[in-house]
Formats: sequence, C-alpha cells, structure tokens
Amino acid sequence: MANSNNNDRRKFFATTLQSVGLTALGGLLWSGYADEVKASPLVLRPPGAIKESDFLTACIKCGLCAEACQNRDTNIDKITGEAKAGTLKMAKGGDHKLIGTPFFIPTEVPCYMCEDIPCVPVCPSGALDQASVSNEAGELDINLSRMGLAVVHKESCIAFWGIQCDACYRACPLLGEAITIEMSRNERTGKHTFMLPIVHDNACTGCGLCEIACVTEKPAIFILPNEVSKGKAGDHYVKGWDKEDEKRIENAVAEETITELSKKGSAEGYLNSGDLY
Amino acid sequence: MKNIKYLFLRRVTQVIILFLYFGANAYGWKMLAGTFGSSVLMGAIPLADPYTTLQVLATGFVLGADVLLGAAIIILFYMVVGGRAFCSWVCPINMVTDLANWLRRKLNLDKEEVNYRFIKRNARYWIMILGLIVSAVVGIAAFEVLSPITIMQRGIIFGFGAGISVILAIFLFDLFGVKNGWCGHLCPLGASYSLIGKTSLIRVEHDHEACTACMKCKVVCPENHVLHMINKESIMVTDGECTNCGRCIDVCDDDALNFSIRNFAKKS
Amino acid sequence: MALNRRDFLKSAAAASAASAVGIAVPSNLQASANEAQKDWRWDKAACRFCGTGCGIMMATKGGKIVAVKGDPAAPVNRGLNCIKGYFNAKIMYGADRLKQPLLRQNAKGEYDKQGQFKPVSWERAFDEMEKHAKKALKHAGPEGVAVFASGQYTVMEGVAAQKMMKAGFRSNAIDPNARHCMASAVVGFYQTFGVDEPAGCYDDIELTDTVISWGANMAEMHPILWSRVTDRKLSDPERVKIISIQTYTHRTSDIADTEILFSPSTDLALWNYVAREIVMRDEKEKCIDWDFVNKHMVFTAGPVNIGYGMRRAGEKSIKEGKYTDLEMEIINKEMKTIVSAKEAPALAPYGYKEGDEMKHTAGTLKHWHISYEDYKKSLEPYTLEYTAKIVKGDPDEDIEVFKKKLQQLADLYIEKDRKVVSFWTMGMNQHTRGTWVNTLSYNVHFLLNKQAKPGNGAFSLTGQPSACGTAREVGTFTHRLPADMMVKNPKHRAICEKKWMIPDGTLNGVGKQHIMKIHRDIEDGLVKFAWINVCNPYQDSASATHWIKAAREMDNFIVCSDGYPGISAMVSDLVLPTAMIYEKWGAYGNAERRTQHWRQQVLPVGDSMSDTWQWIEFSKRFTVKDLWGEKAPSGPRKKPLADVIGKAKAMGYTEDTTMFDILFNNKVAHTYKKDMTDPIQKGYDDTESLGDSRKVIGSDGKEWKGYGFFIHKYLFEEYAAFTRGHGHDLAPFDMYHKVRGLKWPVVDGKETQWRFNAKYDPYAAKATKESGNSHAFYGTLAKKLLQGNLMGPDKKLGKKALPNRAKIFARPYMDPPEMPDANYDLWLCTGRVLEHWHSGTMTMRVPELYRAVPEALCYMNPKDAKAKGLKQGGLCWIESRRGKVKARVETRGRNRPARGLVFVPWFDEKVFINKVCLDATCPMSKQTDYKKCAVKITKA
Repeated sequence: MANSNNNDRRKFFATTLQSVGLTALGGLLWSGYADEVKASPLVLRPPGAIKESDFLTACIKCGLCAEACQNRDTNIDKITGEAKAGTLKMAKGGDHKLIGTPFFIPTEVPCYMCEDIPCVPVCPSGALDQASVSNEAGELDINLSRMGLAVVHKESCIAFWGIQCDACYRACPLLGEAITIEMSRNERTGKHTFMLPIVHDNACTGCGLCEIACVTEKPAIFILPNEVSKGKAGDHYVKGWDKEDEKRIENAVAEETITELSKKGSAEGYLNSGDLY
Repeated sequence: MKNIKYLFLRRVTQVIILFLYFGANAYGWKMLAGTFGSSVLMGAIPLADPYTTLQVLATGFVLGADVLLGAAIIILFYMVVGGRAFCSWVCPINMVTDLANWLRRKLNLDKEEVNYRFIKRNARYWIMILGLIVSAVVGIAAFEVLSPITIMQRGIIFGFGAGISVILAIFLFDLFGVKNGWCGHLCPLGASYSLIGKTSLIRVEHDHEACTACMKCKVVCPENHVLHMINKESIMVTDGECTNCGRCIDVCDDDALNFSIRNFAKKS
Repeated sequence: MALNRRDFLKSAAAASAASAVGIAVPSNLQASANEAQKDWRWDKAACRFCGTGCGIMMATKGGKIVAVKGDPAAPVNRGLNCIKGYFNAKIMYGADRLKQPLLRQNAKGEYDKQGQFKPVSWERAFDEMEKHAKKALKHAGPEGVAVFASGQYTVMEGVAAQKMMKAGFRSNAIDPNARHCMASAVVGFYQTFGVDEPAGCYDDIELTDTVISWGANMAEMHPILWSRVTDRKLSDPERVKIISIQTYTHRTSDIADTEILFSPSTDLALWNYVAREIVMRDEKEKCIDWDFVNKHMVFTAGPVNIGYGMRRAGEKSIKEGKYTDLEMEIINKEMKTIVSAKEAPALAPYGYKEGDEMKHTAGTLKHWHISYEDYKKSLEPYTLEYTAKIVKGDPDEDIEVFKKKLQQLADLYIEKDRKVVSFWTMGMNQHTRGTWVNTLSYNVHFLLNKQAKPGNGAFSLTGQPSACGTAREVGTFTHRLPADMMVKNPKHRAICEKKWMIPDGTLNGVGKQHIMKIHRDIEDGLVKFAWINVCNPYQDSASATHWIKAAREMDNFIVCSDGYPGISAMVSDLVLPTAMIYEKWGAYGNAERRTQHWRQQVLPVGDSMSDTWQWIEFSKRFTVKDLWGEKAPSGPRKKPLADVIGKAKAMGYTEDTTMFDILFNNKVAHTYKKDMTDPIQKGYDDTESLGDSRKVIGSDGKEWKGYGFFIHKYLFEEYAAFTRGHGHDLAPFDMYHKVRGLKWPVVDGKETQWRFNAKYDPYAAKATKESGNSHAFYGTLAKKLLQGNLMGPDKKLGKKALPNRAKIFARPYMDPPEMPDANYDLWLCTGRVLEHWHSGTMTMRVPELYRAVPEALCYMNPKDAKAKGLKQGGLCWIESRRGKVKARVETRGRNRPARGLVFVPWFDEKVFINKVCLDATCPMSKQTDYKKCAVKITKA
C-alpha cells in the first residue's frame, strides 16, 4: 500500500514535471513563433492606427475596418462589372504580416482618403484611434491621419532628371501641402526648370496616391511606415529660430550618458588603471 | 431525416452565420459584421470572443468598451443559455473536424490501435492558460496568430491565401492523428467555452429506462467521456465539454437522449 | 493653392542653392554609353504627342524600339521631355495592337453591319471599301464620301489623303480633328493677318517680362514650354510677372503672381476691358503706339447675330425628330435668342437692348472697315464695374479684390517697356465666339505695338503635333488647299490642278463639310462612306450619341484606320491596322512653325500599313471614268461639277487610267529614286517604297513589294513646292534630315523667328523696302473690304484695299447658347490631363500612365459637392439635356473649380463625357465649344 502510494506519488511528480516541461517547451516555441510573425515593420495600417507595436496588441482582427472601407470595393469596375478590391486587406497566411490584421499596399489600391473615414469609427478595440483623426471640433478629418510617409528616391525620380513629370504632385489630395514643387533652373539647357517633388511630413498622410501615380517602372516615390521613414533629432537641442520647436522636447529629461570610455562608475577604475608608462 | 435533424440544423446555422458575415463584407449587410473576434449584430449590438478579449487584456492593452461589452454579452449568452454550443453550432472548424471524424469511421481509422492518444483531453486548458501567458510575454494575442477558427472565417469573408494550409493541417491531424484531436484536445477556444458554458440551461438529458445500451451515441460523440451516464443513470449531461451538438440525440433509436432545460431547483 | 508668391521666391532661392551643390550637370558619359549600346541604333524623331514639338532620339534594337531620349540638340526641349514624351518608346507595343484588317461579318463571311468583327485580307478590305465608296458616290456624289482627318497625320499622309479626296474624288468632305482644336485660331489669324499661323516663336518666352495664360493649362498641356516659362520667372522673380486667367484653378496658377478666375465666355469682355483701358487712358498716358497703328492697322467689325454653329431649323434630322424636346430647347437658339441682361450692355453699341429678339443668320466671315471712333464706341460698355460683374468666376471672391486684379492685368499690358506674351490654346479656341476672342487678343497687342516682336505677342499654342504642319499647312481642312490656298478661290484651284497634273475644273469649289458637318451629314443620310484617319471622332465629338447612332443604325459604311481599337473602331464597319508614327517616314510641324522630319525606325506591327499606303492603294481602285464625270448638285454644293473626262483624255489619260497612276505613280514621282547609298535613306526601311521583310500580302492579294520610288520625298517635295515663294517656304526634304527642325519661312536656308517683322522676316523686309515700316502684315486673304460702322457696311462707299495691314476688330461679349439655369445648374468644362493623350488610345496602354490616371474624375468645388450630397470619391451622374455619364467626384487635387463649375477630362472612354457636351461651335470657325455647357450633378 505504502509502496503503491509511493509509486503513485512518484508517477504524479513525473507527470507533473512532464506536463510542466512540455508546457514550457510549447510556450517557448509559441512565443518564438508569435514574436516572429509580428515582426513585419514595412506594413501600412489604416488611418488612425496607433503605434505599430500597440496596434499588433490591440487589433482584435475582426475585419470591421476592412468591411467598412469604401474605397472602390463597393464600386463596380466599369469594364468587368465586378467589384473592385478595396484598399484595406486582412492579412492572410502568406502575406507575411501579422495574420488577421488590416493593411494596405499603395501600388495595388491606395487609401483614397474618404472624408468620412468609414474604417475608423467601427473599430471596437481602439486599435484605430478616432481621436487621432478628429479635429479640435471633434469632426473626422482624414487629413490628420498618418498612415505613413512618402519618400522620394531622387536617383530614380525622373523629375530630378529634368523630365516634366510631377505626377505625384498632381495625384496628391493635399497638393501644395503634403507635396510641393521645388523649382530650380536647369543650367544645362539654360531655359528649362527642374520641378522637384518635396514631401512634407507635417501634411503627408501616407495615403499612397502618389506611389500609384508615379510613372517610373518601380515607383520612385513610395510610402514607408512612419517608424521606418522618419529620423528623430535628439531632444537636447531646440531650433532657436522656431518657437514651436520647444513643443518637440516637452518630455526632455537629463540622462546619464555612456560611451565605451565613460562606463558606469568607472572614474576610479579609470584613474586607478593608470598604466601611463 | 430523424437521425440527422440536429446535424442538419447545426449545418444550416453555421452556414447562415458564415453567410451573414460574408455578406457584411461583400454586400454591405448589417445583420452580422466583423469576425468572431469582434462583431456587430444588427448594426448595433457588439459581440466579442471572450478568450480573444482575455488575450488582448493579458498583453496589458486597455481594450475599447465595445469589445468588453461584446465579450460580456457572449459570456452571458453561453453561460446562461447555450453552453459550449459555439463549438458545434457556430465554429466553421467544426465542419472540418466533423468531416475528418466521419471519414475516420468510414476508413476504419477509428480503431483503438490507430488512435494515437498521445495528447490528453485536458491539454486544451494548459494551452488556454499558456496562450494568455504567451500573450502577456510577447505582447500580442498569441492564439490569434495561429487560430484556425478565425483564419477559416476570415478566409471565407476576405479570401484564404496560404491560410488554407492551416485548415488542411487540422483536417489531416484529426483524420490520421488523434481522434477529435483539435476540438476535443487542443483548442483553447473550446476550452474557454467549456468553462463558460458549464452552467448553461440547455442540456442533454439521458433516460436510462429507454436506453438499450447500443452505444451509438458514444461512437459519434466528439467528447464521449461526457456521456459517462449512458446505460447507468437518468441524469443530464452536465459536463461543460459537451458541445450540445445533439448528434447523440440524432443517432439514438430509443429516444433515450433529448435536449432539456436544466432545473437547478430539482437538482438541489 | 500650392505656392503663394513668397513661398515661390523662397523655394526658388533654396532650389538654386540646391542645384549648386546637389544636382550635377551630366558629365560626358557618351563614350562609355556608346560602348554599351553597340547594337542599338539611335536616330532623331519628333515626339508623338502635343503641339510643343519636342525633339527625341529613338533607339532601335532587333527591329523594335527599345528606348527613347530627349534630343539634347533639339532647341525646343534640349533633351528634356514631359511624361508623355518619356513614354514614346512604350506606346507602340500594347497587347491589343491591331494587326489585321477586321470586317463586320455574318456567319457566312459576308459583310453585315450587325455582324461581328473578323479578320479579312487587305484585298478583301479594299474590295469592301471600293464597293461602299462607289455606292456612296452614286447616292450623293463626291459629297457622299467623307474623311475624318487629323492634326496627327504626318505631312505625307495629309498630302496623300488630300490629293485622293480633293483631286480624285473631287470631294471636300475631308476635315481634321484639328477643327476641334484650333480652327478658331486659324480663322482669327486669317481675319487679322490674312494668313495663318503665329508670328512669334518659343524664344519669346526667354525674352518676355510677362506671360499671360488665357484659359490655358500650360503646366499640364505644354509642360516643356511651361518649364521654360517657369525658368524665365526664376531668372528674375521680381520683374517677370505671370498671370493665370482661368475658369478654374489648376497647376498653371501655381507660379502665377495673380490668378483671375473668370466666368465661362467672359474672356471676350476681359479682352475688351483691357482694350478699353488702353483706349481710354491713351489721351493722358499716350499708351497707343499711333505711329504703328496708323501704318499697319485698320479697324473692322462684323455682324454679331451669327448663331452658335448648331443645326439650323429645317435640317433633315431635326425635321425627322431625331432631337428631343430638351435638346431643341438649346438648338432653337441657333435661329433666334433673346438678348439677356448680362450681354445687353455689350450689345448696345450694335443696336440691341435687353429683351430684344436677335434673329441669327448662319455663321459668316463677313467684316468691313469701321472708324477708330466706332471701335472706341464698341469698347465703351466694358467699364471696370460691368466687366468685373460679369467676368468674376468665383462667387466667393470679393468683387473689390477682383477689380484690383483686372486693373493689374491692364497695367501690365499697358506698362511701357514691359514685354508681354499672351498664350492660349483650347480655352479661347473651343468657344462659341472663338474667332472673336482670338481677334480680340491681337487688338490689345496691336494697339500697344506689342505683337510680332521678340518677347512680345499674342501666341496661339496648338494641341496636336501636326495641327500646324499637316492640318493647316498641307490643308486637310474642307475649305483649304496647301499653303494657305482656298478651295473657294478659282486661282488657287488652278495652281493645284496644274501641279497635281489633273484637268482644270476638277477641283470642287465648295468646301463646307467641316468635321461636325460630316457627322451631321452622316446623320442626315448624305454621307454614306466615311473613313477615319489618325483620330477618334466618335469619342471626341460633342453630342456623341447622335453620331454613334447614325453610324451604327443607318445605311452607311464607316472605316477606321488605327493602331489600337477605340470607340471609333468599335463604331466602324471595317477596321484597318495602321502603322504608328515611328513605323513610317514622316514629318510634323509644331506650334512655332517648326517642321521636323524622321525616318522609318522599325517595321509596323503585324500586317499594319501606313495611312499613306492605304490611301494610295485605295486610289488604285478608281479610274477617270469612275470619278471625273459630271456631278449633279449635292449637299452644300448647289451647282453641278463639270465633266472633265474629255480634258483628262487631252492630257493623255484614258477613261481607265487609275487615280493611282495620275496622282501618285506619275512621271514626276518616279524622279524621286530609292537609292540606298543616299546617306538619308541608307540603312532605313521604307515599307511603302520598297516593301519589307514581313512580306505583307497587299491590296491585290500579292506580296507587297513597294512602289519602287521614294514616295515620301515625292509627296513632301510636291507639297513643299506650293509653299515656296509665298511666305510659307519649307526647306528641301534632305535638309530636314540634317537639322533639328526649321521654322518656316525658310529663306536661303535660314529659318524665321518673328514673322511680319521686317528685321527678322525676309518677306516683311521685302514689303517694307520702300516704306521703311517696321512691319508688313502681308497676308492676302480678305484684304479688300467694304466700309461702314458697327451696324453694318455701306455698300455705296465701295471697297477699300489694305495692303500689308492687319485688323483690329470690334467684337462684343455674348452669352453662349447654353448656360446654367435652375435645372441644369453647373457649368461643365472638359479638357485634358498631362498623363493622357487625347482619347487615350495610346497612353491608356502604357501601364505606368494607366496606373497614374486610370479614370476621368469629376472635379468640383467641395461646397457644391456638399450641397448636392456628394461624397469625395463617390460616384455621381453628370447629366445634360443630351445625356449623362457616371464619374467619381474629386474635390481635391490638381483641378479646383470655384462653386458653379465642374471639370471633367475627356480621355476616358468609360467616362464618355462627350455624350453630355453640346455640339455648338464658333459659327465662323466651326470649332466645337467643349468648354461650356450646362449640367446637373446627382448622386449615382
């Protein structure tokens, strides 16, 4: 009896250990997989999407935004008579994006920037933040959305060759704000003008209409997610000539700085190491 | 017709629900939009999957009220009324695993020697808990990155892509691997509904007097341990893992099984 | 929109800094490039698209065009291009290029108007054409055979088509799509100068201080020129002023110092306002150059009640009820209108007051001398008050601000020592008073002596690559012969008959079947055979539904020659696969009188053959007996055409001599030899003259082996002979292959920059030798006029000649026939986009351009959209009295109309906007007004 109890106990421990071990193994594999699939930094999200890392957490993958997307899927293709694909797609296996999350690819269907932004208010989870695309009066304003930022590759942009293009500029819903034309004289011809597209990140929504309008074989202007396309100047320096710039460093704090030379608490270590000869 | 009544009703329900979801995207219907993760019923009532909600909450993200309310509505419904009915009356994977199960029987793969029971039925509860832990650690809803349920549902609504392979994998696993492997052993969503639905009112009731112990019910039941009372005593199936699929009722030639409303008063 | 002036200056400064550090001038990479391109052949050509006339270089490899570059030696563009030019290499090989003749057939293979298109041989195609052309000739004589011609014909194609039509068929029913494009400019030139085409050239841009764009979106339609305008502005931002006068805001306003938004049609009033300012201020400020005016100008006027170029009461299709009551509401105005409050003050000097009934005659070119005092009287109504009131195009703009802009405009024109160029294109030409507004532009420049001088002048830009070179200079218009000669003029006909070696009296003296008339004649059942060349008349003509119905439902035969299938091909009964621009030898003439030639670069795709070949092959099917007998009165021709068969025989022809042998395969033609040692011809294909390696089975069922002589050179030289010695002089064929185009008149091997100016134009120099005048307006048309006042001529006073003088016309503002009302409450203006060429048959096949602009949008003001419950990006119906189309609403972006006007481009066959447009024309030039009709817009 005691023996059998002992056996039972041993068996119980073994099973428990086994279960815990297997669970740990599964957990590690699962975590690894989950961590891997969320690593798709080049994805463009719907208007009002919160920061990508939070978005991946918050999106409940319900697809309500994609269903609400009015951009062309309710519109019948005039030639084929079939419904066109909408801007927002739901990531599927093989899309190499976190499965079930909404995204768009400008060269397929850009965001046409509906004024009533149907995709945002329907979001139940808060992954799409209505406040971020509403103006001070509380009205929806698509111009406030920041889905990404257009970037010009000037070596392949034919406007930089001197070609009279500005297709991106003309396609821009915020023409003159998000993209302006910088004009400079073409010294080679002596009588023509370079008309160069310049993107302004204080207005560009990242809708992608410029990218699909770009006439180069592979677009020379393209949308990258904000995290990827933007640099960041340190918040220890403010433009002295720009009063507004102070806002940028609102959260500035003094930080201990570390370099290879100035490791933490290494003053004494350094002084005592003093092999000067 | 008698012996497929509930099967038929379930398939109709599943298909109608999927079709409503599909129509919401394709035709702009307002009946039922979204996916299981979060839906809107009649353009107004929010619905949300409790386990998905829990995963998101585990990541530390404060979800919108719509989702929380939606999850509460779903919990309330299954807790009070439906039991684990989601699994057999709504979930589209059920159709896949039922097919696998049916084929298993037809192909004689159902015999004990080819049923690899290397996974225990309670694994799903571990997985469910693990899913929440992984969600918390990695910071995204962990089960949602591989859930065949929503992959299949989104596939139907928005198109499959490579997601179809996950569905195929489940099918093959249930067919050649473990009997009722996915729904009965692994699915953490099923686990969550087992817990939620434990106390629901709709239950299968066994009439021991009528039972002839033919055991057909045990053969078809995907969770056949819940039928422990067969040919033993006249009680209700109270185990939360019963999906209220009604297959046992369908196949019973002796009218020994029927749906009934749980009477807490009588029991106590 | 976009840049305000300060931003502009800022960006200009920044940009020049950037160019100093960043944008390197390409270094000499030529050597290594040549190495890599050993198996490529580079050769010069002209851009296929607009009237700017950029020079390009084409690279061919393996018999295909693989690349293109701007020609750095081309004076117009110096190696640059716009995005259409950038895609010249990619327009040729669309997947749906037509490769075989296609005939509508029934199951048995017989021609059937209701049948499906199926491939046939060239021989069968010509058999059918011959059969149906002969049927049409029998039915209505020469007037029953018509051609929709083109401003995109090469010069040689134009010559071939014109000879076969006018000399062969004796039909003047040939008229180009250029009619839609610059006929008003042409009549304006004829009326003012007595001769066609601009005085100035593009060099004016670099020399001027002021660029005023009148209703032209040069930034999109003439990008390379606009780039030059911009450069001029950047070179001296303070001095150089740019005024953008438009009916809606677009890209051209970007760099403008001032934008004037005007209400459609009121440009007439605006020009008259500027003229009035000049005249009224003259006493004090001495702004009129009286010496110039007295020596070179006369004042003239014409009738104002000339209708609107619509169908007139009693025309067959109207009697047959083919027009609905709604349509007739407008068409009835062709006969009479009631003078409106808006136009009444402007018409007062002509004896009309508000509420008067104005009975309209058919359009007439009639005009007569008036005195300066009469002219002054005609300007009196255009006070700042009245002008601002009717002209202001943005209802939300403050009238006082607007008045200041008008004053600024007048100041800039008048300012002494300020050079001014006025540019326009379709905005002023597509106008029910298009001829008038063209002549009004010269008035202002003439009074100030700011015309035909470097950096000064009113300059009509053309839309099409050879509207000048072919349509106008070759004369493929119904009323024209080569080199400014007219079919109406017996002397001119005689000159042509002699040169073309046809009997005198062959040419038909009545040329009235302009392109809208051809459509109407098809609907009336007069024309039963029509051939479409290098154009898309069923997409580009207003009131389109009528013409399509007539073509598809009536007994007629429509042939369409094209490289790609478009609406016109779909409407046709026979489709002929046609060689595209670089698949044949050719020449174009641009807006600054520059003629540019190119060689055949590649073989045509499939069994395609050029229009020239098609015309010449067609000529083989008709003999002297078939065509040159007596022709009874028909259509617009009220007298019979004489039988000239006898005279033909006297010239050595027989009854059975074919038109081919007379017009093309004659002894003169044979003197132009194919010589493969000739450096011009060496190494280049010539499909028409020599056949080619495709071994196409030709119109006789045998392999095509060529005419055996240099047909292109023959056609060009025969035509060019007309131009020489008449102020139109073209250089020899070979010279054009050595240079980057030349601006005619080319005298002693030198081109002419400013015509009529004695300093630059040898013809003007000759004419002023004795007088010592600065200018000579030596055009010869309508240079002897009756005298009278604004109300009419007084025949008793007799005619007065005006040698070497140009004319200043008194012409009032008048309402167009259709204006917005309670029901149709918006103006509709149509036009083009930079990305697409005309109806898009070529550019919609370039994936990048298609992707950039896949559909035509309805540009409208956001307030109008909101008021009508329309959503940005949503679909709407654009509906007029004639029809409706669906398009997507665009309230943002490149075109931003003020309230009350919508703009819809016409390139998109899916947004068939010409079903909505009205086919009213300038009654003098017959050019359709695509810029204004009334529509209502509803949610779709």
